[in-house]
Amino acid sequence: MTKYLCLALCLFLTALGSPSARGEGVTEISFWTWRPEDTAFYESVIADFEALNPDIKVVQNAIKNTEYNTILAAALASGDGAPDVFMSRAYGGLQTFADSGYILALDQLMPELMLFSEFARGGALSVTDGKMYGVPAVSQTMLCFYNAGVYRELGLSVPATWDEFLENLEACQAAGYDALANGTKDGWCCESLLGGVGPSFYGGDGFYDRLIRGETTFMDPAFVEAVQKVQDLAPYMPDLFEGVDYADMQASFIYEIGVHFIGGSYEAGYFSLQNPQLEYGVFAIPGEKAEDPAYVSVYADMNFSVSAASRKQEAALRFLKYLASPRFGQQMVDQLAMVSSVPGVDVSANPFIAQVLALQENATPYVFLVGFRYKQPTGSSLFQSAAQDLMVGKATAEQTCQIVQEGVAVYYEPFWA
Amino acid sequence: MIKASDGKKAAWITFFVLPGAAVVFVFILLPLFMSLFNSLFDWNQLIRGEFVGLENFHKLFNGYPYRQRFINALGNNLKWFVVSMLVQNTLGLLFGYALSRRIAGRGAYIRILFIPVLFSLIAVGSLWGLYLKPKGMVNNLLILLGRPDLRRAWLGDGAIATYALIAVNIWRWVGFPTLVFMSAVDNVPEGCVEAAYLDGAGEWRIFLKIVLPLIVPAIAIVSVLTVVGSLNVFEQVYTMAGLDGPPNYATDTIGTLFYRTAFGSVDSGAPEIGVGSAIAVVIYLMTFVISLISIRLAKSKEVEL
Repeated sequence: MTKYLCLALCLFLTALGSPSARGEGVTEISFWTWRPEDTAFYESVIADFEALNPDIKVVQNAIKNTEYNTILAAALASGDGAPDVFMSRAYGGLQTFADSGYILALDQLMPELMLFSEFARGGALSVTDGKMYGVPAVSQTMLCFYNAGVYRELGLSVPATWDEFLENLEACQAAGYDALANGTKDGWCCESLLGGVGPSFYGGDGFYDRLIRGETTFMDPAFVEAVQKVQDLAPYMPDLFEGVDYADMQASFIYEIGVHFIGGSYEAGYFSLQNPQLEYGVFAIPGEKAEDPAYVSVYADMNFSVSAASRKQEAALRFLKYLASPRFGQQMVDQLAMVSSVPGVDVSANPFIAQVLALQENATPYVFLVGFRYKQPTGSSLFQSAAQDLMVGKATAEQTCQIVQEGVAVYYEPFWA
Repeated sequence: MIKASDGKKAAWITFFVLPGAAVVFVFILLPLFMSLFNSLFDWNQLIRGEFVGLENFHKLFNGYPYRQRFINALGNNLKWFVVSMLVQNTLGLLFGYALSRRIAGRGAYIRILFIPVLFSLIAVGSLWGLYLKPKGMVNNLLILLGRPDLRRAWLGDGAIATYALIAVNIWRWVGFPTLVFMSAVDNVPEGCVEAAYLDGAGEWRIFLKIVLPLIVPAIAIVSVLTVVGSLNVFEQVYTMAGLDGPPNYATDTIGTLFYRTAFGSVDSGAPEIGVGSAIAVVIYLMTFVISLISIRLAKSKEVEL
C-alpha cells in the first residue's frame, strides 16, 4: 500500500513539475497595436502564428490610435511594461523611438527585409543611422471613397475634373445626403483632406522633391491653390462639420448618410466589416483638366518592431518574421483589404486593392507625414491646427500656408537659403 | 526615565508618520525633483543628453512655438479659473445656503447635487463628449424645444469649446462647493443669526453681514481648490476635445500642453521631455505660489468669533 502511495505521490509531483503543467516552455510575448477596430483580425493572426509556433504565446493589447504614441513612449521610457513586439509609426514617428535606442535594428537579424520595395523600406528607415527598425506592413493611399449605390441612384459617374466633382457633391446634397462625410474636429482629418485633394493641384513627385530640396516652399502658388481647394469643400460637409470627429465621419459613410469620404485606403476593411452591404468605390480627386492625371498621396504606414529591452527577443523575432511573411501579408490583403508591403503577396483576388494599386500609378508622397514630421513643430501639427481655422473661414489659404511655412522654416535648413 | 519615554514617543510618531511621508516622497516630491532634474538636460527624443541649465525654460518662454502655445494654454486655464470661481462657486454658495435653510426635499437635493462628484471624470467626459456632438443629445434637445438656431458644434467651435468643457465640469463638481458651503453655513452660531433677526435684519443683510464673514475659511478652501483644479485641468480636455486641444488649440491647457510636449502625440510628433519637464516645474511653482497667496489673502479676511 505504502509503495503505491509513494508511486502515486511521485507521479503527482512529476506531473506538477512537467513543463506543460507549469506552463514552462511556452514563452509569452506582448504585442501592442493602435488598431482596436482590428482586434479580431489580430487575434486570428495570433492564433495562426501560435498554431505554427506552439512554444510562443502572444498577448495582444490594442490601444486607441490617438493615445498610442504617448502610452508607448511612456512604457518604453520607463522600461516597465514595454511591449515585446509593437506597431511602430513610419518616418518621423519611428525616428523618435529609433534614435532613443528603444527599438531593435533589424538589418542583421532579418536580411529578408531587403526584399521589400525601397518605398516600403523608406518608412522603416532611420534617417540618423540608415538602419531598418521595423518590418514595413502596408502602404496607404489618400483618396476619395464614394457610395456606389447612391451614385447609381443619382445617375452620377466618377468625376474626371474638379468641377465635375463639385457637381457630384451638389447633386448628392440636393438629394438630401451629406455630400461629404468629412469633419474637422480631429485635426489629422484636415490633413487627410489635403492628402486627398492636394496632389492633383500641386502636382506629382516634382513638387515634393523641389520642396524637400528647398527649391520651393509651402507658399508656392500651386500649394496655396491646393489648400484653397480644400477650403472650397466646406459647403459640402455635414452640418456643424467643425464638431464632427473621425468616428462620426466613419459612421456617416458606413450608414450611407455621407456619400463621399476623403481619407486613407486603410478605411476599406472597416467599412466592409461594419456594413457588408455597403457598395463603395474609390477615385483620385481630379484636377482642373480631364487630360491631367489625377494624383493620390501615398505613404508607407505602420511597421512592426521589437523592443530593444525585450527579454524575450528570440520569440519576439520569430513573431516578427511571421509578420514579414507572405502568409501574414496575404491575410492583410484578404481580411483587412490593406495594401500589404510584404513582397510576393497576391493582391489580384481583391479588386479594391487592385484599384488602389492602379491609382498609385500617379502618386506623390503624403507631404507632411513623409517629409515634415521629424522635428517640432511638425508640418502636420502646423497644418492640422491651422486648417481647422481655414475650414470655418477664420483663415485664408495664404494665411494657412504661411503658418506652415514659418513654422517649418524654424528648423528646416533648406528653407533658410 | 524621561529620555526613554521621549524616545518611545518619537518612535511612535515616526511609525505613524512614515507611511504617509513615504507616499508623499514617492508620488509628489520624487516626481517633482525628477521633473526639475530632467528639465535641466538636453534630450534627444527619449534619451537624456547634456546638462543645459535653464535652456529648456528659456525655450519655453521665448522659443517658437512653445511661448505662443504656453501663453494660449495659460489663457485657457485662466478662463477655467474665472468661470469656475464666478459660476461654479457662486452656484455652490447659493445651493449651500439654500440647503442649510432646511428647505423641503433637502436630502434629495443634496444627493442629486453630490452624486456627479462621485462619477469618474473619464466617464463623465466621454458621455458628455457624446451628448455635445453635432447630432448629440444637447442639440437634439434644442430642436425639441423649438430652438434649432441655438445648436452649435459645442466642442468644435473655438469660441465656445472651452466654455462647453467648463460647463460640464461645473455640472460634475458643483456638489462639492455646495456641501462645503452648506456645512460652513450650518456651523454659523445660531445666536448670531437670531440676534440679527431680532435687530430687524433681512435675509440678504444677514447673509452679507453675518454668514459670509463667518464662512470665509470655507470660501478660502474652495477658492484654493478651484485655483489648483484650474491649473491642473487635463482629463476633461483629453477625453472631450483631445490631446492637441482642438480646434486650433482653443481648448489647450497647460496640462495637455505639458503631456503633449513631454510624451508627443500621434500627429504633433516627437516627445520633448526637456521642455515638457520645464512646463511641469512651472505648473508646480505656479500652483504652489498662487495657492499660498490665496490662503494668505483668505486668512486676512477671516473673522474670529
